[in-house]
Amino acid sequence: MELFATALPALADAWALILQPVVLGYLVLGVVMGLAVGVFPGLGGIAGLSLLLPFMFGMEPVYGLALMIGMVAVVPTSDTFSSVLMGIPGSSASQATVLDGFPLARKGQAARALSAAFTASLFGGLVGACFLTLFIVVARPLVLAFGLPEMLMISILGLSMVAVLAGRVALKGLAAAGLGMLIGTIGVADAGGSLRMASYDFPYLMDGFQLVIVGLGIFAVPEIVSLLRQDRSISKDASLGAGWMDGVRDWIDNKWLSVRCSLIGVLVGVIPGLGGSVVDWIAYGHAVQTTKDKSNFGKGEIRGVIGPESSNNAKEGGGLVPTLLFGIPGSGSMAIFIGAIALLGSGDIEVGPSMLRDNLDITYSIVWLLALANVVGTLLCIGISGGIARLTTIRFTYLAPFLFMLISFAAFQSGQNFEDILALFAIGLIGIFLRRFDWSRPAFLIGFVLSDPVEKFSNQAYQIASFRFRQSFEEGLSYIFSPIVIVLLVVTVVSVVMGLRQAKTIMAEGDVQSGSKRAPVVFLLVITAYVVTALINASLIPNFNMTDKIVPLVIGGVTLAALLVLLMQMILRNENDAIFSDKESAGEDADAPYGLWSTLAWFVGLIAATYVLGFILALFGFLVTFLRVRAQAPWPKTLILTACGIALMCVMAGSLNRDFPPGLLQDAVDLPWPLK
Amino acid sequence: MTIKTLAASAAAIALMTGPTLAEVDLSGKTVEWVIPFSETGGSAKWANFFAPLLSKELPGNPTVVVKFMPGAGSTKGANWFQEQEDGDGTLLFGTSGSTQFPYLLDDPRVRYEYADWVPVMASGTGGVAYLNPTDGAKFDGSANNLKDIDFIFGSQGATRLDIVPLLAWKMLGMNVEPVFGIKGRGDGRLMFERGEATIDYQTSSSYIGASADLVEQGKAVAMMTWGALDEDGNIVRDPTFPDIPTFKEVCEATEGCETSGEAWDSWKAFFIAGFPSQKIAFLPKGTSQEVTDTYVAAFEAVRSHPDFAKISKNEVGQYPMFVGAGAAKATKEATTVSDGAKAYVINWLKEAYGVTIN
Repeated sequence: MELFATALPALADAWALILQPVVLGYLVLGVVMGLAVGVFPGLGGIAGLSLLLPFMFGMEPVYGLALMIGMVAVVPTSDTFSSVLMGIPGSSASQATVLDGFPLARKGQAARALSAAFTASLFGGLVGACFLTLFIVVARPLVLAFGLPEMLMISILGLSMVAVLAGRVALKGLAAAGLGMLIGTIGVADAGGSLRMASYDFPYLMDGFQLVIVGLGIFAVPEIVSLLRQDRSISKDASLGAGWMDGVRDWIDNKWLSVRCSLIGVLVGVIPGLGGSVVDWIAYGHAVQTTKDKSNFGKGEIRGVIGPESSNNAKEGGGLVPTLLFGIPGSGSMAIFIGAIALLGSGDIEVGPSMLRDNLDITYSIVWLLALANVVGTLLCIGISGGIARLTTIRFTYLAPFLFMLISFAAFQSGQNFEDILALFAIGLIGIFLRRFDWSRPAFLIGFVLSDPVEKFSNQAYQIASFRFRQSFEEGLSYIFSPIVIVLLVVTVVSVVMGLRQAKTIMAEGDVQSGSKRAPVVFLLVITAYVVTALINASLIPNFNMTDKIVPLVIGGVTLAALLVLLMQMILRNENDAIFSDKESAGEDADAPYGLWSTLAWFVGLIAATYVLGFILALFGFLVTFLRVRAQAPWPKTLILTACGIALMCVMAGSLNRDFPPGLLQDAVDLPWPLK
Repeated sequence: MTIKTLAASAAAIALMTGPTLAEVDLSGKTVEWVIPFSETGGSAKWANFFAPLLSKELPGNPTVVVKFMPGAGSTKGANWFQEQEDGDGTLLFGTSGSTQFPYLLDDPRVRYEYADWVPVMASGTGGVAYLNPTDGAKFDGSANNLKDIDFIFGSQGATRLDIVPLLAWKMLGMNVEPVFGIKGRGDGRLMFERGEATIDYQTSSSYIGASADLVEQGKAVAMMTWGALDEDGNIVRDPTFPDIPTFKEVCEATEGCETSGEAWDSWKAFFIAGFPSQKIAFLPKGTSQEVTDTYVAAFEAVRSHPDFAKISKNEVGQYPMFVGAGAAKATKEATTVSDGAKAYVINWLKEAYGVTIN
């Protein structure tokens, strides 16, 4: 009761702070800027927030908060555009949206998918805010109850979603996830600093691959290449079909799913150290498990859009708890947010434990500004979605060069190395073949995302558990098997068992025909070779660094076992078996007028030209050649489109203070921006 | 305002500022302040705090933008900066303890040389170690009663800033087992609050922001600070925490801990590199004296701003901010370790944690 005596007046104060015209003005400004950044894949809130930082200094706190929160809040909403329309995961929060959102767009239901996604986002944001208003004053003990074993179990729960998404051949899904995890271990190990599949002579690999690059490579590159080969529009009959009201109606039909996924979003968001990358997969898994007819998942099931989208906005609210209460950022953008709060006003708002005591009104303002920003952002997104959805009716050959441009730029922004673009291409190749042979790409991505948390938490939990066991056996046991761990364990087992039973009906890649034996076997052998190499590499790490080698060894061992069983099956079964799925044997890809390699060569051309001439000059040549030769566009159209593309890049990079990849030319000659 | 008065006031301003700074004018230019870390770290916060202030004080008020070049524990950015020779005052670089330590430890990734660069500003911080309440009750200003207790500490890695606390505890004869691989000191504090870690330390601003609360509520006991340096390079009580003894005092009170000799010299060398001169702003090698003087004057002006103490309390605390010659001295101290001290630390890292640098 005492709590509410202080909470209610603070809530009233917060609303008085928020509901000033100037504050709302700043909020809308932030939302508009966030939208502008968020619709482009791979940039996200971090780039936008860094842009705002110089203005935060000494700014009236509530104005600055409105501006920043407007920007942060709208990113998980606006990145839905690229996920649904282009199949490009705009940020880690919208990877699961791609699975069903993009097939809907291809069926010509982009507007429906978008409006369902936005309504779900809006609702998720509001549920998050309501929940937090009550929860934030009592959240501290709950957050502290999540120790390392609990976080490990949540990561494993996330990993168990592989079972649902494994595809028709469960072993292939398992092996894809294992491969993803192994690729996630590349680089310097966090614990002991050993190198895994990396070398001091090639510094790029030491930090491992960035999630942005893997997300784009696994989902975006294969789709872009496939659509370009077929030379048609994204939407099959170049029409928009169902309108945005249908999407809202879809959401109303599935409102309880949306409620449950929103709560999943807030709760997982509250736990520091996990971040947003698991949330949407858990929500997607939940959506699958609670749907009676599962046959449409992966082919355009609206529930597969509503679930993750409800959770990813709610998660932003949940992420405020560790940020504000403990001063521990739940994500990259939250880390900048904390830094920026220290610059606001006279600098006396201190994020951390004192926040609730001294600044409860500011805390509530933040929570509700976030909710309000969600409302404004969603309305704006719905407003423009009709127009943007038209992109799906354009002949894809006109879109593709700009998508190559955007994903290359986005990949480069993740680390500002030329190698970032090469990595995008390499991961893109893996994505293309995973797609072709019907190995679950979501499973690969889940494995990659969770490789780091699983390794970190299991090592640390093991170390602390053995410390506790040394003190007494009971203490050790009660540390590992806390009530939360047991509950999570049960949920995980149930979801694996249910998932495996359902996986066969969920075909994320559609119904892929089987063809000859040779190509699938070769691909399997290539993967096996990599896994064996990684295993040998890990086994060479000295034993005193057991923390750095144990996870790659175990994961690699399991993956290798799965691959060997698959190989046996391939030898024994006949070539019509589902194990030999190959998109090149029949279907859209096989019938496409253009070949895989000649299409991919365009992308290679852009990368090679960038290496020599730098990005902007290479882009100029690429766009002109592509539009003239491949799209057969007339000169005026070619030149106008090229100018638009380059202008877009320059405005975006210029306003965000970003550089373009330089080439050999730039090493030799000093050129002015944007050519440098 | 008529054109005439406008012209007159412009001329007046030109006359006032003219004689001293006419050589360097950055108006209309963009100064890039490159930080070899990601947008989310402490160095980003530090540069973002100084950037607008610096912009106000530099002649011509150039736009100062902070750019991020993370990778390979900041050695990627530092290696890049080593190649830069653009001495026209449009490039500034910021390092931190994480850039200093690999340099001191002869990390094979290091291809940069601090002595080539031109330091213009340096700022530091302090650190406070604290214990869980049960073991904290046994702390009496010395570590004598803590020697047969096993402690757990959430650590970012043995070659990071955590060298300083880990070596200090080792010298006190305490048995501290680090759990490696946490992502920031905030995660370490959370681990302590959950009771998984039983000992922790924080840099000054995080200690004030969060851990001091724990101490007040009796959930933690402050043990010691790393101290601060006086003019002559002696370790004295940290001005931000005058009531907490320094490691030096605790060491003197503890049996078997020496404040001289190899171990002590090594600890002190890494302490200086990691705390009192933690963050340093550099101009590239070969920068002209005029440009250097301009930057030194600008940082001097930032420092002497009447509100500076107030607005900077979260960034630099009550620690001195060094400018010009002071920054050069701080840099020298932060990047020089005797061969004996270096060998001692490298050997200890190998024996205790199996960490080899190459």
